[in-house]
Amino acid sequence: MKLPVQKTAHIYGWLFLLPAAVLMVAFTHYPVVAGIFASFYSTPKAGRLQRFVGLENYSSMIADPVFLQVLENNFIYALGVIPLSVTLALFMALLVNKKLPGRSIVRAAYFTPTILPMIAVANIWLFFYTPQIGLLDQIGSLFGMTSHTWLGDTQTALGCMMVLAIWKDAGFFMIFFLAALQAIPPELEEAALIEGAGRFYYFRRITLPLLMPTMLFVLVNATINSFKLVDHIFILTKGGPDNASSLLLYYIYEVAFGFWDTAYASTLTVVLLVILSLLAITQFTYIEKKVHYQ
Amino acid sequence: MITGNSDWFQKLETLAAWLLAFLWAAPLLYAVWAAFHPMDFVTRFDPLAPLTFENFRNAWKVAPFARYFFNTFVLVTITLAGQFVLCTMAAYAFARFEFAGKELAFILVLVQIMIMPDVLIVQNYQTISSLGLVDTILGIGLPYMASAFGIFLLRQTFKQVPRELEDAARVEGAGPIAVLWKVYIPLSRPTYLAYGLVSVSYHWNNFLWPLIITNSTKARPLTVGLSIFGAPESGVNFSVISAGTLLAVSPLLIAFLLFQRQFVQSFMRSGIK
Repeated sequence: MKLPVQKTAHIYGWLFLLPAAVLMVAFTHYPVVAGIFASFYSTPKAGRLQRFVGLENYSSMIADPVFLQVLENNFIYALGVIPLSVTLALFMALLVNKKLPGRSIVRAAYFTPTILPMIAVANIWLFFYTPQIGLLDQIGSLFGMTSHTWLGDTQTALGCMMVLAIWKDAGFFMIFFLAALQAIPPELEEAALIEGAGRFYYFRRITLPLLMPTMLFVLVNATINSFKLVDHIFILTKGGPDNASSLLLYYIYEVAFGFWDTAYASTLTVVLLVILSLLAITQFTYIEKKVHYQ
Repeated sequence: MITGNSDWFQKLETLAAWLLAFLWAAPLLYAVWAAFHPMDFVTRFDPLAPLTFENFRNAWKVAPFARYFFNTFVLVTITLAGQFVLCTMAAYAFARFEFAGKELAFILVLVQIMIMPDVLIVQNYQTISSLGLVDTILGIGLPYMASAFGIFLLRQTFKQVPRELEDAARVEGAGPIAVLWKVYIPLSRPTYLAYGLVSVSYHWNNFLWPLIITNSTKARPLTVGLSIFGAPESGVNFSVISAGTLLAVSPLLIAFLLFQRQFVQSFMRSGIK
């Protein structure tokens, strides 16, 4: 008997989807749900089963000074890295979108940090920040500055991370602006210049509004990056001194795989998931509706 | 606008562009300098400083780089193969079949674009551990194989394939799998290339999850090896660390310098919806 077309479509659809669906549920949806559940239980220890503790993990989290510090660090980190890397990215895109001697070399230089592993570049930057023999102090000494333990000082450790992150990401974001700039018809600029519009006027009134969808896409990605990329901390500071340079995901790693307190690590993960979900909602509602004004 | 003024402005722009390019290239150029010179010249930029390969020889001796290279190579290969197969099938389902629960399923897929396995380390470790895959290369790659990003990208591409081509193949008696194999996949080559480059770069460079899931040289990829090698406790000097770092990044870096256009376009495509 031949099945009606409609029915075979259901079967084929699900059969093709099934393998990916199984793995995706196992490693994305299940861990989200399991993590939320685990945050209401205690960590099972030798001889002691896990038990339901209600909101206990959450109340101890709010009282945990390290949690409050890493959350604050993460927001400072995001607020420093995002505007600077995105502005630089836009600036870079504007520069290489024009005729420029050695343009392809310049563009490659901007983009190269994107394809290097964070671990590898952190190894190199570590040496820049090393007191006395490091490059930063060597240059500083030429100008009569005294040696400084950049990564060992609570005042500068997080800043050192931020500089590295800006350097790593700006070239990546640049290419999205570059793609958007190349999609703007050149006649627009010609027309504007004939009408007597100045460079900055044209940028502010024509280029920038046309780049808005790209800008928001890049902003959301930059924000996600600032919460999910913590590799450099492992090399540069291990979160120190006194957690001054630790970020939320790094703290989750420490709690889960340093102290093996999985219930508390799950509770911290829930906070991270809430932050990422808020970003997702921002992207899907605000961006889709308000930016595409055509 | 006055020409003289504009000329002056253009020069300023060129200067800014080159200054930024120098700053952005400097760390890598510096690592190259340090790796090819003896330690004494690490902060002495003497153009006549003697060149040496000693640092590379030392790095190769101190850490099992050959094994790390092998592990990374296997990791990116099986991850990409898994992604190609799974994402192709899922994208085909979303692009060309009407099935119950399709809308909901697609929304559930999109969830992963925001909440990646990278942040779900606690529960995913337990899952991998219960599967007995701790300290295996498969254990590193498995959570990434059903990639929402890959499904999304391929679905967009498949949707642009003209229906007439599929109908023509069907008239000739091709079933759904033959249509996928003979029509959709060959027409989507640029997307596979773009996705492949982005995926390989991502997994070549990924660190946190492989660090968690591996505990011996047997499965450790380059990034994890590099973090052990570069740690201050290892007592290796900066010239040797630079050499080791360059070794680890060289395959991807050389590929990038040779196929710059493809790389940049691939990363670009991956962001455009």
